[in-house]
Amino acid sequence: MSAILEAPLGRRSFLKIVTMAGGGLVLGYYVRPEARADAAKADVKNAEGSFAPNAFIRIGPDGTVTVYSARPEVGQGIKTSLPMVVAEELGADWGSVKVVSAQLDPVFGPQFAGGSMSTPMDYAVMRKMGATARTILVEAAAQTWGAPAGECVAAGGMVRHTPSGRSIKFGDLVAKASTLPVPAEDSVKLKDPKNFTLLGSRIGGVDNPKVVTGQPLFGIDQTRPGMVYAVYEKSPVWGARPLSANLDQVRALPGVRDAFIIDRTVPENELTGLVPGVAIVADSTWAAFSARRQLKVQWEEGRFPDSSWDDFARQARELANAAPGANNVTEARRDGDLDKAFAGAARVVEASYSYPFISHANLEPQNCLAHVQGDRAEVWAPTQDPEGARRLASKVLGTAPEKVQVNITRIGGGFGRRLDADPVAEAVAISQRVGLPVKLTWNRTDDLQHDHYRPGGFHFLKGAVDSKGGLSAWRSHHVAFGSNMGADDYPARFVPNYLLLNSKLENGIPQGPWRAPGSNTYAWVVCCFLDELARAAGRDPVEFNLALLGDRDLVPGSGARGRPYNASRMRNVVRQVAEKAGWGKPLSRGKGMGLGYYFCHQGYVAEVAEVTVSPKGELRVDRVVAAVDVGSQIVNLSGAENQVQGAIIDGLSAAWLQELDIRQGRVVQANFDDYTMLRMNDAPRAIEVHFIKTDYPPTGLGEPALPPLAPAVYNAIFAATGKRVRQLPLSRTDLSWS
Amino acid sequence: MSRFTLRVNGQSHKVDVAPDTPLLWVLRDNLGLVGAKFGCGIGQCAACVVHLGGAPIRSCMMPVSAAASADITTIEGLSADGSHALQKAWCELDVAQCGYCQPGQIMSAAALLAHNPNPSDDDIDDAMAGNICRCATYHRIRAGIHKAAEIMAAAKEVRT
Ligand code: FES
Ligand code: FES
Repeated sequence: MSAILEAPLGRRSFLKIVTMAGGGLVLGYYVRPEARADAAKADVKNAEGSFAPNAFIRIGPDGTVTVYSARPEVGQGIKTSLPMVVAEELGADWGSVKVVSAQLDPVFGPQFAGGSMSTPMDYAVMRKMGATARTILVEAAAQTWGAPAGECVAAGGMVRHTPSGRSIKFGDLVAKASTLPVPAEDSVKLKDPKNFTLLGSRIGGVDNPKVVTGQPLFGIDQTRPGMVYAVYEKSPVWGARPLSANLDQVRALPGVRDAFIIDRTVPENELTGLVPGVAIVADSTWAAFSARRQLKVQWEEGRFPDSSWDDFARQARELANAAPGANNVTEARRDGDLDKAFAGAARVVEASYSYPFISHANLEPQNCLAHVQGDRAEVWAPTQDPEGARRLASKVLGTAPEKVQVNITRIGGGFGRRLDADPVAEAVAISQRVGLPVKLTWNRTDDLQHDHYRPGGFHFLKGAVDSKGGLSAWRSHHVAFGSNMGADDYPARFVPNYLLLNSKLENGIPQGPWRAPGSNTYAWVVCCFLDELARAAGRDPVEFNLALLGDRDLVPGSGARGRPYNASRMRNVVRQVAEKAGWGKPLSRGKGMGLGYYFCHQGYVAEVAEVTVSPKGELRVDRVVAAVDVGSQIVNLSGAENQVQGAIIDGLSAAWLQELDIRQGRVVQANFDDYTMLRMNDAPRAIEVHFIKTDYPPTGLGEPALPPLAPAVYNAIFAATGKRVRQLPLSRTDLSWS
Repeated sequence: MSRFTLRVNGQSHKVDVAPDTPLLWVLRDNLGLVGAKFGCGIGQCAACVVHLGGAPIRSCMMPVSAAASADITTIEGLSADGSHALQKAWCELDVAQCGYCQPGQIMSAAALLAHNPNPSDDDIDDAMAGNICRCATYHRIRAGIHKAAEIMAAAKEVRT
């Protein structure tokens, strides 16, 4: 990740001007070597007059600047923010910028939307693209006037000759600019950020007018002539195969065209691609949904037919009692001498924390429209990873990836779920069988019971504070379902005597990234336990945590690939949030403030929650204050704030309400009536977002503001009531006090 | 299958569908009006809200046979050109993230403003508690409704 940030731009890119048959300047930016061949092909097509979108910028003779948005729009605002970066450097007039969603094409370089990576990967690239186009336009104007380029400035969609006051519009420079060579990369000067006029301002999403009038933007809205509608039933015990089904009976139902078993797993032995199931294909969504109610399937038993949450919890407790070195207990990190530190401690605190599986619950249920013809396929999919979707579809078809065309639609919520393309695989498999365009729609129960879940987990902790009130020892045992905590995960590197033990529970549960993977639960465990230790030391939590963060600036990571932790950036956001929140002000009983802070996805975020808990135990989150350091530049202030506000309320929804129970090898919850999402009346009335600008490259905001919320709220509940809650979600715990 | 005549956004449409088909799927699959969204199918998320005879209903729960009697308004027909005060406010405050829930949010809010042109925060929370926003844009939805109320009040002042 940091390698990408630090790589000089020139090594992974080259620029090329293409003259459009229709007139206009096209600047292509090819960020991967393998993309060059395709780009060259696209050039030929352009010469023949084809209008294939092979590049990010197109300027028409009428002055319209078209910017292609290559990353899928999941609600993170990328379709607005990256084109703003281009427009800023170009000197375009935002009012005449048209943003067009690109389809999957190698000329656009990496096109996934995940890991809050789009901004860090593309910010510098987009600046360079805009700046290069601007340099050419300025040169064209300078030549037109016979003036030195240094006397000309591009702004507001035109180039102005400063000494004479003359100006030419971009559109009128297009013909000349198309004949000029691309300037050498080091001759392209980026704007001084001091002079930015667009970046950092509030710009509304470019698709807002379509969103508010209900236009067909989403995957589920797509149609093709002759399209049929499909549902796909899978075993509630993950991965189990259908042995038989009443297919003849289902085929005879009104509106049903076909019903059949798909008995394949692609990739083999994996639960996150195509898994076996029963497809029903019908004339309408409702005919397919209705027929499904009559479907009866005998499933094989599956690998883990008896697994249950209670049993996992029992196994976790057993593991916690096992010694390091025992079977399935791995030592991930050991610093100092724990025995000695615990023996000499002033106070020792032990606690165990646990959290359940939760679902992504994207409001747009998983879906895909696919049309397979021979060995080729075209899909329309709300996917966060169109390349991955193409790879998986081609594996299902046994064809080359190039034979699968992926059309990227707007996405009704990603949160990581749509980095996996199982619905694409299913739609492709069904279309392959029926030979027609097929729209596959999951219902909410499919979506909840066949998610790739945010895994649950168990953490068994023991900490010590010494006679000076400092954190002297930290022993942690993480019992996980998938990934374990990493050796460098906070507070490793900050505690002199530190031990991390890891164990894994065998399970057959499909798992995947959920907004700020790992961090979304580790932050809660770690910051809550730190709060316990601060109280045990008799110290103020803000002061205690600042002391723990120490006085170093950059704390190196372990090993060659270890990621540094910038402790000074973290101290800064913790201090800022405490100040803005009025930390330490006297509050009446039943009211309290709590702190959460975490570093993830290259962002440093601290949050303070202020809550009220009534004696009856009713919780209200009155106010959340966030201090956010994602580097030197906020791209779109409106979008950035929206991400932080949303992450805070999303984090609250997960921490307060969300929980999947597992019994008999399956998820119990089936819809939003038993899987509860936070609603407006429980959302905090006040959310204050403070962006702290620092001297680092701008990074993404989709994720890092979520992890600190849960510990901030839990610690605030402790401050309000004296109740220490050590399980998620909150709804399991009676918060009443007297 | 049975024939029904629906009046949607001021236009009549004849459809031939199973009588238990929810209005949502007739709008989406038969009429190509996809503004109303499918989120849960059991009345829990309100992504599918449309107006029937001026009242907000969850179209996923309303069989087409029961919807054929009254005028139906969908987000596509809330205004001719996206100029309803709520649509303007939503763009001005940049309310949406993914946007999937927003047609339902706006239709619920439009019903609220129609009988309560100046709602308090509590009025808004009550009226909007049925609508889930997975992206959690609740903060801006609340602000958007206040803004739309202002826009409507200003327009009224100009008229009178
Ligand atoms: S789809 Fe109708 S309420 Fe959820
Ligand atoms: S904006 Fe995504 S669900 Fe509301």
